[in-house]
Amino acid sequence: MEWETVIGLEIHAQLATQSKIFSAAATAFGAEQNRQACAVDLALPGVLPVVNREVLAMAVRFALVTDAEIGRHSVFARKNYFYPDLPKGYQISQMNHPIVGTGSVEIVLGDGQRKTIGITRAHLEEDAGKSVHDEYSDFTAIDLNRAGTPLLEIVSEPDMRSAQEAVTYAKRVHSLVRYIGICDGNMQEGSFRCDANVSIRLKGDEKLGTRAEIKNVNSFRFLERAIEFEVERQREILESGGEVVQETRLYDADRDETRSMRSKEDANDYRYFPDPDLLPVEIDDAFIDAQRASLPELPEVKTARYISELGLADKDAITLAADKSTADYFESLIGAHAMPAKLSANWMLGELFARLNRDQLDIDDSPVDATAFAGLIARIEDNTVSGKTAKQVLDGMWDGKGSADDVIKAEGLQQITDTSAIEAMIDEVIAANPSQVAEYRAGKEKLLGFFVGAVMKASAGKANPGQLNQILKNKLSG
Amino acid sequence: MHQHTLKELSVLLDKKEISSTEVTQALLERIETHEPTLNAMITVDNDGALEAAKHADAAINELGGTASAGKPLLGVPLIHKDIFCTEGVLTTCASHMLHNFKSPYDATVVERLRAQGTVMLGKANMDEFAMGSSNENSHFGAVGNPWQTDRVPGGSSGGSAAAVAAGYAPVATGTDTGGSIRQPAAFCGLSGIKPTYGRVSRYGMIAFASSLDQGGVLARSAEDCAYLLGPMSGVDPRDSTSVDQPVDDFVTALDGSGLSVTVDSSGDAPLNGVRIGVAAEYFSDGLDKAVATEVRQAISKLESLGASIVEISLPNQHLCIPAYYAIAPAECSSNLSRFDGVRYGHRCESPVDLEDLYKRSRDEGFGREVKRRILIGTYVLSAGYYDAYYLKAQKTRRLISDDFAEAFKSVDMIAGPATPTTAFARGSKTADPVSMYLNDLYTVSANLSGLPAMSIPCGFADGLPVGLQLVSNYFKESELLYVSHQFQQIDDSHQQRPRGFE
Repeated sequence: MEWETVIGLEIHAQLATQSKIFSAAATAFGAEQNRQACAVDLALPGVLPVVNREVLAMAVRFALVTDAEIGRHSVFARKNYFYPDLPKGYQISQMNHPIVGTGSVEIVLGDGQRKTIGITRAHLEEDAGKSVHDEYSDFTAIDLNRAGTPLLEIVSEPDMRSAQEAVTYAKRVHSLVRYIGICDGNMQEGSFRCDANVSIRLKGDEKLGTRAEIKNVNSFRFLERAIEFEVERQREILESGGEVVQETRLYDADRDETRSMRSKEDANDYRYFPDPDLLPVEIDDAFIDAQRASLPELPEVKTARYISELGLADKDAITLAADKSTADYFESLIGAHAMPAKLSANWMLGELFARLNRDQLDIDDSPVDATAFAGLIARIEDNTVSGKTAKQVLDGMWDGKGSADDVIKAEGLQQITDTSAIEAMIDEVIAANPSQVAEYRAGKEKLLGFFVGAVMKASAGKANPGQLNQILKNKLSG
Repeated sequence: MHQHTLKELSVLLDKKEISSTEVTQALLERIETHEPTLNAMITVDNDGALEAAKHADAAINELGGTASAGKPLLGVPLIHKDIFCTEGVLTTCASHMLHNFKSPYDATVVERLRAQGTVMLGKANMDEFAMGSSNENSHFGAVGNPWQTDRVPGGSSGGSAAAVAAGYAPVATGTDTGGSIRQPAAFCGLSGIKPTYGRVSRYGMIAFASSLDQGGVLARSAEDCAYLLGPMSGVDPRDSTSVDQPVDDFVTALDGSGLSVTVDSSGDAPLNGVRIGVAAEYFSDGLDKAVATEVRQAISKLESLGASIVEISLPNQHLCIPAYYAIAPAECSSNLSRFDGVRYGHRCESPVDLEDLYKRSRDEGFGREVKRRILIGTYVLSAGYYDAYYLKAQKTRRLISDDFAEAFKSVDMIAGPATPTTAFARGSKTADPVSMYLNDLYTVSANLSGLPAMSIPCGFADGLPVGLQLVSNYFKESELLYVSHQFQQIDDSHQQRPRGFE
């Protein structure tokens, strides 16, 4: 039997507003418990929600970059259910009239093929608070700092056919929301969360299989693993003659498995109805135009520009443009600091990324910022240090030893470009190795490497390699 | 002291013939005397009131009067319905659920009236969460009607109405979701106004049915309503449903200035040019004959003042009660979810788990009528019933509004009875919720459509007051107040006082 996987994602992107969606309380992460919850967030008797205009602007920006319909008349609705960290006993969300309608994004698959993933809708809603179960033995504590934090829930069509496709799509949306400045994308802090609807069906079947919804996936790696686990679980059930139950499952990263959270039978009747405390939101052309005017250059436009104007390789251009912070870093190197594009790109994608990956850092948290990095590129460009030495300089910078120039000076790493000094070292090496010189001159040209190494060693690695090569060849053949 | 109207008190305070402290003291004593009979108050804030009066007196001295300072309410005592949040003073909504709730903030209405220098004497009794038409659904006990203390004062603003009728204060705030200002005003011989939906901020007014709730005033004259309603009105950035439209000067409107109809209040035909619609649907079978007689006579008096009386039709009037009793409970079932025993208010003893906490806290905290409406509301919003009930009720609501829109093409306001009967005996309808609901027959349409409406006294039947209801077009509160004020120049029903409370 050949199975086909069908995946749709629901992504909750926390909108990067200063204040909450329906109150003036701050949204910053990590504040002391319940310090960022005002009367409205606590749902005291008599309080009313007032929509934060900024969330409307952000939703419209998202619609614009996903070619989505904009809900000119969108309606907030109440989703009613009881939970202690849901203070009102209902969540204000959107049901029948979301602010973002049908749209799509294009993803590039591993083989370079492009695929369009449909977006069903995206709607605004408020986040709930947090129940803290492990801090006290006799009761559960409630932290309402997060209650009322604005979310954009982005619902995709079931267009993805593998865990890899799902991850590529999620990364693409992640890149977009960061680009347009509506979400900081921080997955550890929960600013970008994915729920995956996963089902499988026999290849060729029209009808979708019964799906499971996997909740609480907070990294791309977990998303891939959760889906793969789930596909395998469903395949085993179906191949052994069983039936998949429609249910909500939780991904447990420690055990690398999904497990049942609640089945369809336990599902709440949310009794959605339009929230009478909030008027319908009317979006006009002027509002949309203002948002369009504020959009930054998007990744694909940037990629094309990097290729055509800067002469970067396709793959490098895509990588640099995919993430807003990476692109900003790169553009700072070649813009404000006027460094050559290709050299900058090579060093960023090579040495900088290697160190960021090694230390598991985001580029925003890089110990070497774009200005400092430009200082290093400049010394490579003007031959003060060789490429090899530059890596050593970067290590020093990484460890907080100052700017590129500071490290070069302190560690005496400046390249030797004085021709006579290089000649003197070469002469010494030739004098010390007469037999090898003879062999070389007899035609064993492979020995050039031996001489280069010996001279480089004598210069403590600082001889300019180009000059060294040139002079050495001349002397040996002379 | 207790029989002065707000207007009269304002003049006396301005001339310093009396002090706010004197009035406040006298009214607090009067409340103490009559509370055992009436039970119109949930909280009396003696200390807070005297403190506020002292401040008001100081301010009056400093400003050299109230009128010249443009602060006619400075030092005037009033009572707030216990649905408005008041910082530091209990706000119970007449529910066991909130029996211990002290709000950390003031409702916008409270804040605005406080800023005018009013003196709050306390918080009035009401039907629990404003659900009721008799004030019998209060955790703090039923309220007597000063006209006959074994009769109900109406509801849900029954405490406010009884308090003003008994001379506890010249004015009180109320809220009106289906008639909760107008029906008690009618039952207690008062003037009560429910302004246009969105005219008065709902922030800090504990929600019953958000799309219907509107704050307003109960007073002993239309003139006093005008004085209090002005400062309460106006857009509030904390209430998205409040309307950003200039507020008329309701006081000068009493003389006819600023109205959209041109009138001359100086002559003997001050209503000349005012077209008043009378709908046959408002005089149907359910209407008590004696009430009908008084209301028809009142309409004749309006005609005698120059108004032209026009027959109109409100063909969907019979759908008001069913639509209302789907929409209001639906909204209430959601609005009251926040009372879960988790953050404030009543929490059951020693809950064993979360479900137990919810079930017992809510079971113990809410009274029967509140539970009934939560159940009805939950039902009409449920999957499978939503279209048949909630959605259909919303469509019906549209039809009812359209009826009014059609009527206002040919008339400036609509007159009719405020209630089908006069105040009924306590306990006579408690076993039959539907007959209780029918008391709202003539009032709920103004809530469903959001129109401003007013009830004023227009005679008596068997010694009990009868209310005339006037409904005008959106934001035409000035016209309601003008017509009512002119009526009260030739009719003295509003000046009658219940025996024992003169």
